[in-house]
Amino acid sequence: MSPAKERPLRIVVAKPGLDGHDRGAKIIARALRDAGFEVIYTGLHQTPEMIVAAAIQEDADAIGLSIMSGAHMTLFPAVVELLGEKNARDVVVFGGGIIPQDDVPRLKEKGVAEVFLPGSPTHGIIDWIRANIHPRAAA
Amino acid sequence: MAKAAKELGPKEASNRKETPAAPERAEHPTFAREELERILAERESWTQGELAEVLGKLARRKARFETDSGIPIPDVLDPASVRESDYLRDVGYPGRYPFTRGPQASMYRGRIWTMRQFAGFGSPEDTNRRFKYLLQHGVHGLSTAFDMPALMGYDADHPMSRGEVGKEGVAVSTLRDFELLFDGIPLGDVTTSMTINATAVIALAMYVAVGEKQGVPRARLGGTLQNDMLKEYIAQKEWMIPPAPAVKVNCDVIEFCAREMPRWNPVSISGYHIREAGATAVQELAFTLADGIEYVQECVDRGLEVDAFAQRLSFFWDVHNDFFEEVAKLRAARRIWARTMRERFGAKRKESLLLRTHAQTAGVSLTAQQPYNNVVRTALQAFAAVLGGTQSLHTNSLDETYALPTEEAVTIALRTQQIIAHESGADRVVDPLAGSYYVEWLTGEMERRALEHIRHIDEMGGMLRAVEEGYPQREIAESAYRYQRDIEAGERIVVGVNAFRGEQEAPITILKIDETVARGQVERLRQVRASRDAARAEAALAAVERAAKEGANVVPPVIEAVKAYATLGEISDVFRKVHGVYREDGRF
Repeated sequence: MSPAKERPLRIVVAKPGLDGHDRGAKIIARALRDAGFEVIYTGLHQTPEMIVAAAIQEDADAIGLSIMSGAHMTLFPAVVELLGEKNARDVVVFGGGIIPQDDVPRLKEKGVAEVFLPGSPTHGIIDWIRANIHPRAAA
Repeated sequence: MAKAAKELGPKEASNRKETPAAPERAEHPTFAREELERILAERESWTQGELAEVLGKLARRKARFETDSGIPIPDVLDPASVRESDYLRDVGYPGRYPFTRGPQASMYRGRIWTMRQFAGFGSPEDTNRRFKYLLQHGVHGLSTAFDMPALMGYDADHPMSRGEVGKEGVAVSTLRDFELLFDGIPLGDVTTSMTINATAVIALAMYVAVGEKQGVPRARLGGTLQNDMLKEYIAQKEWMIPPAPAVKVNCDVIEFCAREMPRWNPVSISGYHIREAGATAVQELAFTLADGIEYVQECVDRGLEVDAFAQRLSFFWDVHNDFFEEVAKLRAARRIWARTMRERFGAKRKESLLLRTHAQTAGVSLTAQQPYNNVVRTALQAFAAVLGGTQSLHTNSLDETYALPTEEAVTIALRTQQIIAHESGADRVVDPLAGSYYVEWLTGEMERRALEHIRHIDEMGGMLRAVEEGYPQREIAESAYRYQRDIEAGERIVVGVNAFRGEQEAPITILKIDETVARGQVERLRQVRASRDAARAEAALAAVERAAKEGANVVPPVIEAVKAYATLGEISDVFRKVHGVYREDGRF
C-alpha cells in the first residue's frame, strides 16, 4: 500500500436509525466531496452494525453520523463501541443533527470526537476534519 | 368576458394525458388596450427617468432580486405586468372556478381555519394528556405524530426500534395502544389527522376499531390520513415496500373511504416534506400536484368514477419565509388543481375541483440560534398561510430545532394563530391580496413554472416512474445544496445564523423522552401478544396476505387483523413478505 498520507481522507457519511431526514447528510456528503475528501454515503436506515461494517470494508478514516430522531444517545455510542470490538477504535466518529446542547458532553464522554449542532456551516465541519482527522496507518 | 369564461367549459376527459397549460389570450380583457399602452409608456418613462436617476446615485443593493424559488422580480409591478391575466378566467370569485381566491365563498367570515397542532410523543398515555391539554386550550382538531418505528412498520421491541421508541412521535404497536391514545376523546365529535404513510392503512384500521369500541360507526368518523407514499420516496423517506405496490395500497384506502367513510380524507397530498427536504416553492408546488395527479390516475385506472372520490382529496403545504411567494403558491395550487381536475380528468362536481388544504409553518426555517426569533418567523409564515386561504394550520414551536415542543412553546405557537385570527383583521375579508399586481403576477409565474415541471413528469410517464428514476429526489438534493451554499456565501441572510449573531445564549428548556417509555411499550406489547387469541390473529394475518397477493383491497382484512390484536409489525411483515423491502442507493 502507498503511504497513507498520499491519499485523501476517506469518510463514511451515515444515517443511523429510522429517520429519513437525509437533507443534512446529503449536503454534508457533497460539501466534503467538494472539499476533496473521498466520501461514501451509506443511504438511509442503517444499523450501527451496518455502518461499522461499511467503514471497515471501505477502510475509512472517519464516520460522520447524521441524526434527527432523538436516538443519538443510543446509536452514536453503539457505533463507537462496535468499532472498539472490531479493533478499529482509530476510526474517528463525529456527528450532527438535531441534538440538544447538553447531550454533547455526554456523547463526547462516550467517544464521539465532535458534535455539530443545527446551523453549523459546512466549512466549519471541513476545517475541523482537516485539523483533527488524519489518514489511518495502513493495516 | 363572459365568453372567455365559457370557453373553459368542461372538456371530454377521454385520452387526455396532460394537464392543460394556462389558457392564452391575445388581448387583455380586464384593462382596455389604450389604457395599457398609456401604462406601458409611463413605465418606460419612469424607468428612464426617476429610476435611472436614483440608480445613477445609488446602485441596487443586489445584482438580482428574486423570490426564494429564484424567480427574478422586476423593479416594479403594474397593471401591464399582469396583462396575460384575465380576471374572470384566472382569478374570479372565491368558491368559484378556478378557486384562486379560495375554496369557499365566504372563507373565514364563515368559519375560521382549523387550528390543528401536531402532537405526539412518548407513550400513548403521554400523548393522550397532550391531546386533552390542546383541546382545553382551543385547538379544533387533533393531529397525531407517530414515532419512527410505527412509521416504518416495526414493533417497539424490534431491533431496528432501538433508541427510537416514542422519540419523534407517539409509540404504537397494537390496537391496545390506540385505545389508550384516544381514551376519553369522543371520536364522533373531534376530527383527527394522522401523519403516517407506509403504515397508514394500519393506523386507519386501528382508528376505525377504536371508533367502534366507542360506539361511533366508521361512516361518522372525520379526519385525515396522510397516506401519501410518493412524497415519502421523494422526500421524507419512511417506507417499507417499493413504490408501485405502496401507491396501490394508498389507493386502496382512497377507494375504501369513498365507499364507507364519507367524512374522512383518505389522503393528504403533501408538499410539506418535499419542501423541508430542500425543494423550492415552485418544486413543492409541482411535485405535490404531480403526486396528486398520479393518485387520481391510479384510482381512475382501477375503474373509480373521478367524482366519487375527488372531493375528499386534501393537500398539505409548507409555508416558508418568502411571504408573497407563499401566498402566491397557495393561490396557484388551487388554480392548477381545479383546471387539472376539470380538463384532464373530466371531473364535473364542483367539490371535485376545489383544493382544500392544511398548511404548516416551515420547520426547516427555524434556527437553533436565537430561538425566540422563531416565534416571529412562525407568525409571518402563519399570516402568509392565512392570506393564502388555508383551511387548517399548524404553527411550529420555537424549540423545534432541538426537540418536540414543550407545553409552553406549543401554547405560544397556538396563541400565534389565535392572534392572527382574532386581532389581525385577516379574517374580515376574503383573499385581501387579490389584485395586488405583485401577487397576481407571481401567482401566474408560479403556475407557469410548476406546469413546466408537471409536463416534464408526464413525459417521463408520470410521477411513479419519475420517482423510480430518482428525478424529483435529485432536483431536491440539488436545491438543498444550493440553498446551503447561498447561506454560507452570505447571499441569503438568516438572522442569528450568518448575520446579526449575538453572544452565546442560555439554552432553552426542551422536552426529553427517556428510555422508560420504550421499556413500558415493550412490556405492554408482550402482554398483548400473550393475552390475545393467537389463532384468530394468525388467521387474520393470513387473510391480509391473501388480499395483498391477489391484488384485492387490503383495508377490510387489515381492519380485522388489528381487531384481532395483530401488531403493526406483524401486519407490516406481511406486506414486506409479499412485495419485498424497498432500499434506496447511497447517491448524493
